[in-house]
Amino acid sequence: MAKILVFIESANNKIKKSSLELLSATTGNEVAAILIGDNVSTVAQGLKNYPVQKAFVFNNAALKDYNSSYYFSCFEQAIKKFSPDLVLASGSMAAKDLLPRVAAKFDGGIAGDCVGLKISGTKVEARRPLYSGKVLATAEFTDASKIKVVLMRPNQLPQPAEGASNCEITEETFTAPATKVRVKEVVKSSSAKPDLTEAGVIVSGGRGMKGPEHFKLLEDLAETIGATVGASRAVVDAGWVPHAMQVGQTGKTVAPNLYIAAGISGAIQHMAGMGSSKVIVAINKDPEAPIFKKATYGIVGDAFEILPKLKEEFSKLLSH
Amino acid sequence: MNILVCIKQVPDTETKIKLGGTGIDTAGIKWIMNPYDEFAVEEALKLKAAKPETQVHVLTVGPKARAVEALRTALAMGADEGAVIDAPETLDNYNIAKAIAAASKTLGEFGILLSGKSAIDDNNFSVGQMVAAFLDIPHVTSVSKADYTEKGALLEREIEGGAKEIIEVEFPAMITANKGLNTPRYASLPGIMKAKKKVIKELALTDCGVDVANIKVKYTNFELPSDRPPVQMISGEPQEQAQKLVQLLRQEAKVI
Repeated sequence: MAKILVFIESANNKIKKSSLELLSATTGNEVAAILIGDNVSTVAQGLKNYPVQKAFVFNNAALKDYNSSYYFSCFEQAIKKFSPDLVLASGSMAAKDLLPRVAAKFDGGIAGDCVGLKISGTKVEARRPLYSGKVLATAEFTDASKIKVVLMRPNQLPQPAEGASNCEITEETFTAPATKVRVKEVVKSSSAKPDLTEAGVIVSGGRGMKGPEHFKLLEDLAETIGATVGASRAVVDAGWVPHAMQVGQTGKTVAPNLYIAAGISGAIQHMAGMGSSKVIVAINKDPEAPIFKKATYGIVGDAFEILPKLKEEFSKLLSH
Repeated sequence: MNILVCIKQVPDTETKIKLGGTGIDTAGIKWIMNPYDEFAVEEALKLKAAKPETQVHVLTVGPKARAVEALRTALAMGADEGAVIDAPETLDNYNIAKAIAAASKTLGEFGILLSGKSAIDDNNFSVGQMVAAFLDIPHVTSVSKADYTEKGALLEREIEGGAKEIIEVEFPAMITANKGLNTPRYASLPGIMKAKKKVIKELALTDCGVDVANIKVKYTNFELPSDRPPVQMISGEPQEQAQKLVQLLRQEAKVI
């Protein structure tokens, strides 16, 4: 049995789906959660529905926004109290920024962007795609790793079974450490949609969309099916949409249940970012487009005609 | 203020990856500088252009025979000096970071350390932060905009869902670069000629206090991902195609 500290993150006063998923991999071990933020006490209560034995809650106005030195000091406190073998998190921007520091400071190794996890006793093995997903390999933690840190790619693990637990929730004292890094401002985006990296459904557009004005078609469809909109590198480089929307090697790695690619030819760099999507739909005028080799379903046709029809059909289906 | 840029040599994305022995077969791979590290090199050169007394050092960890090529590229872009820490292909990120942290102290005094936010081969997003941890300096990752002052910088980094964070950091600090920070320059022909004469120091892992027996993570069970089943093409008029697709997504794929 391993002692596992799980980084539970919340958004809009709810535990994030990507954080809950982690709890399906920890069954049978001694599990503690760490929650950091402002007004997260009620969020922590939600853990009582899952197999978690303990929760360290850092609830402080100063922790409202992620700050690497503040969040590190919370982790330090929880790790010293709990001495976990494994620290487990979803690959969020906060976790990716912070947990390498945690690994280094506690003399441990780290495996990021994992798609599979095996914990037997205190032995930890994580499956990871390497070389743009062209190879899969197991990251095996050696005995020299005093602490093991694993970041899971969202949407790879099932949701955990619910059931009442006796989670012991403790409010921890946070004392702000001296810091040389300060968050001055957080510029929120207007979108209430989940981030691409966590989205269950993504509708992406490429050069075949011909111009930024036509992204409205993708947004309309996304609205109907609760999807997040993505884009290929070509349209980001052309300045049609911001870089935050780019899926691919120099953009985001995504793994939704459904990925709809409209007007995207499927360059290898794009496939590197979306290749592990469960179901891929490709809509492209060119029947030779490489994206069809990766797709589950393919439609040779004009995205301008297909997308509105798709929206119509989905509306019909979902209104029933 | 001098700058240290940490770069990694990685296989070009277009390169075919084959398995060999207990890992990948590195024969025939085309190697390039990690694309995110190009943004880091460019950022250092921009700072040097503003303050010409700045020295830009580039450092890499890897099998020296090939890894020096990435350094030559950075030197041809305009970096002043290079150093390579000779290390096996299989060295893990913890020990790579430890070696960089130790080497940074022997190579000079650096106010700014720069690197790409992640390497496209192992996609780990971790070495920069680990170097910062070992040096006890702050880090800011995935930076897409930067304004520098004497003592620090105001940095913009992308967080979830297109939101942005503006962060103030004091030097010395580690900054990792995201796309959008700048447009990396190409090495010019005179640059390439000059690079040939620039110094590349060689360091051994033992000089950096790294013992390869202390590897924290090793990779095993390499395999090629299984092929996806062949595509199911949906024919007909647009209306029909849309209907069929929605039906398949509901009934067959069960994702809607």
